[in-house]
Amino acid sequence: MAQKTVVYPYIPNSVPQVKAQMLRELGAESMEEFYADIPQELRLQRPLDLPPPLLSEYELRRHVQGLLNRNRTCQEYLNFLGAGCYQHDVPAVCDEVNARGEFLTAYAGEPYDDHGRFQALFEYTSMMGELLEMDVVNVPTYDGYQAAATALSMAARITGREEVLLPRAICPDKLSKIQDYLRPDLTIRLIDYDPRTGQLDREALRRALSPQTAAVYFENPSYLGYIECHGAEISALAHEQGALCVVGVDPITLGVLTPPAGYGADIVCGDIQPLGIHMQYGGGHGGFIATRDEERFVMEYPSRLFGIAPTCVPGEYGFGDVAYERTSFARREEGKEWVGTAAALWGITAGVYLALMGPQGMAEVGEGIMARARYAMMQLGRLPGVRVPLFQAPHFQEFTVNFDATGKTVAEINRALLQRGIFGGKDLSREFPELGQSALYCVTEVHTREDILRLVEALQEVLR
Amino acid sequence: MSEDITRHRYENGRPKLRRFHQARWDEPILFELSRPGQRAYLVPPVEEEIRAEVGDVLSTLPPAMRRPHPPALPELAQPQVVRHYFRLSQETLGTDLNIDVGQGTCTMKYSPKINEQFARSPKVTELHPLQDESTVQGILEIIYRLEQILKEISGMDRFTFQPRAGSAAIYTMASMIRAYHASRGEGEKRDEMITTIFSHPSDAACARTAGFKVITLYPDEDGYPDIEALRAAISERTAGLMITNPEDTGIFNPRIADFVRLVHQAGGLCAYDQANANGILGITRARDAGFDLCHFNLHKTFSSPHGCGGPGAGALGVTRELEPFLPLPLVAFDGRRYYLDYDRPQSIGKVAPWYGVVPVLVRAYAWVMSLGAAGLREVAEIAVLNNNYLMKKVLEIPGVRAPYARGKRRIEQVRYSWEDLYRETGVHSEEIGLRAADFGVHYWTSHHPWIVPEPCTLEPTESYSKEELEEYAAILAHVAQEARENPEVVKTAPHNSTIHRIDHAPLDDPARWAMTWRAYRRKVGGGG
Repeated sequence: MAQKTVVYPYIPNSVPQVKAQMLRELGAESMEEFYADIPQELRLQRPLDLPPPLLSEYELRRHVQGLLNRNRTCQEYLNFLGAGCYQHDVPAVCDEVNARGEFLTAYAGEPYDDHGRFQALFEYTSMMGELLEMDVVNVPTYDGYQAAATALSMAARITGREEVLLPRAICPDKLSKIQDYLRPDLTIRLIDYDPRTGQLDREALRRALSPQTAAVYFENPSYLGYIECHGAEISALAHEQGALCVVGVDPITLGVLTPPAGYGADIVCGDIQPLGIHMQYGGGHGGFIATRDEERFVMEYPSRLFGIAPTCVPGEYGFGDVAYERTSFARREEGKEWVGTAAALWGITAGVYLALMGPQGMAEVGEGIMARARYAMMQLGRLPGVRVPLFQAPHFQEFTVNFDATGKTVAEINRALLQRGIFGGKDLSREFPELGQSALYCVTEVHTREDILRLVEALQEVLR
Repeated sequence: MSEDITRHRYENGRPKLRRFHQARWDEPILFELSRPGQRAYLVPPVEEEIRAEVGDVLSTLPPAMRRPHPPALPELAQPQVVRHYFRLSQETLGTDLNIDVGQGTCTMKYSPKINEQFARSPKVTELHPLQDESTVQGILEIIYRLEQILKEISGMDRFTFQPRAGSAAIYTMASMIRAYHASRGEGEKRDEMITTIFSHPSDAACARTAGFKVITLYPDEDGYPDIEALRAAISERTAGLMITNPEDTGIFNPRIADFVRLVHQAGGLCAYDQANANGILGITRARDAGFDLCHFNLHKTFSSPHGCGGPGAGALGVTRELEPFLPLPLVAFDGRRYYLDYDRPQSIGKVAPWYGVVPVLVRAYAWVMSLGAAGLREVAEIAVLNNNYLMKKVLEIPGVRAPYARGKRRIEQVRYSWEDLYRETGVHSEEIGLRAADFGVHYWTSHHPWIVPEPCTLEPTESYSKEELEEYAAILAHVAQEARENPEVVKTAPHNSTIHRIDHAPLDDPARWAMTWRAYRRKVGGGG
């Protein structure tokens, strides 16, 4: 039986008569002529073995939405997971703007035909610059891991040194990325934390610092949720040895916390996912890197940097690439690392978020998160056998909850919470065995008092 | 009776060029719109009971950690924010608006709207990556199924989706090649990576970042990668080959299997940058040419939108031999349930957080499911047919050539040269592009270095109709004619775009460049 010809809605010239006419105009007998350079022995001599197509949009919708409907979301369950991906409220305007077809489907046009893309990204970097109190911010890289790895590489190039000092209380996945990225050129040494306060062990740092040290890196808040309160001392120690201070920061904290530039950071990096970007099963990340406006820093960025410039018409804002010759687009392997498609749409989205929030919104969201997290810590701390937090230090939105004295493992507890419609905190027992049966809980502005009390009651039952 | 309006829209039976003018809102920078006290979004308030119990939570911070004054962000009401960004969106020429064949190598195809609905479903957006696997079986199944599809398209044995775009996948391939040689005790020795000048700049740059010395092969006089140059380059120091095919010229290297064989004989691995896969889907496969690794850009070939430059996704496939080195975790299926497999002792570890850019994976899966095997082949064939049709129309314009492979067809794109027109008129390729913007289309010269003089690269994909291809060629023909008759109009373009010719000098001057508004205010001072 002859196969029915399909006209594909996404492929205008799939109409057989059109195809035939185009072939005729090209003087071609068949499509075969166009593939003449591909040797027969490299040709696939059969159709691809793929599932049968769902040609109509309705069939496709039934199938894909049917698969997706098997997921249970953080709107349906009560979620206390964070650990690098955060559930915050996403303002409707963020989704509205990043769904605009003009932004969604643009790519790499010139600063004339894509003026709006350049301006939106320049405004994103400008608002990040205010949040961070730094004058240079890149067009986003892939994610916070990449931002940290590149920030450390930049520090090594700037100082001409080959060793970086990282906190041991870092997310092991992030450390894995940094190790992979720095392997060819740099040595990584880990600095321990004070078991009581979680703060970076400054004595150990002092001993580890040397004229080989390119950078000291730490995070605020730290991976384990507490705030590192000795930034000024750490950066001073680094600077004494001629090293740079690189700080990873969660930008949503900066309405209330001092930005790293305020305690001596030379390069600041992090992830913009908390700023108006949905979690998307970990698919919503974008990385930022920020520095002072000094040539020796600027020339080491691998990323696109968009700058503002005049046009030939007075009063017109123009934009363009700053110091393009740095990049691999201009100089291939002689450029700094590489640049390519990364996370521009999330940059625009984070800009929309900051524009919506304003100074007041950022202060309120930061304070509100801290209040809720503290409330949660106080309530959980009243449960018998539960220690919270493990570290005596101020916390932002995440905190450690230790269950050693309950006789139950985090895995057991989380299974029981799941049955009650709750995603308990991240199990830390494998990543940080010295913390025993501890979990990393995250509370943000999306949690109400009732949500927190529901968790407490569920734990009460589970631990009974 | 009134006059037939359509009469004026055609000339010699063909539609006249559009009297395009892009939106020009003269939109201020957001900071200029700020008015003290305005609010665009209210944060959920902290309940009284919480407030009563925790007190002044900021007082728990040491003074040095407490931000002394709020960040100097703009203060706006919500309608102002929306209007501002909608105006900027109107000043951006997305693929949804234009005949986007001018951004060669980028595969600017149509991104189906139904797939956008899937990607934006709460069933995708509201998932946390650490949720219990039992609650994410749907999304894991989609990722698993997408892997099976790409295995069949490439012939490879296993895929990771962790790299967050094409260049990240290229880097990951280089990192895996490094791990492979290290596992065989040859890590120190094999420190050279070979690529070609018509492969993407990232094939060279990522290899260098991963620690390799880069050897770049230039084409022979017909534009094919030079196999003699390859023979001269390979040695016991060869770690591998990272190469595009067809190259950015749209020319397929017919000796690709020989290239791979020679590198294998020297003990190297071969990585296939499949950024240019759109014309060969279902025609030829990476594995069949002997490659050990390959990657696809799901935001190009597999229709996910480009998002102003990401998020994208780099799907990276390998043979059984390289599988142990893939980043972790991988999505696996035990016959009953889908799960994340972390038990991979030789893995290079993480190259990015979590499991990849999940909304892009959902769109790519839906796109393939809407087409099937016959549909994918149709994509490839029409992309190639469109490219050759456009090439015929473009080459009818005096002053333009398609260097190399004389008289031969191309695969999915063509690198043209306006050298002849430039010699005749003094008009550069770049200027042709800026004038083309006046007619509502993009145009891209080429990656550097410009081996082809006065280049431009056009890639029509399968998404444009015959008439649209004719319109694009007619725009170029018109601009070429202007270059001869009235070069000033081309050299001062754009005229109908949002803004006029930019003074680039400050962008390369440390004293004047400004990457943020605060830096700009500091450097220029004053103002309105």
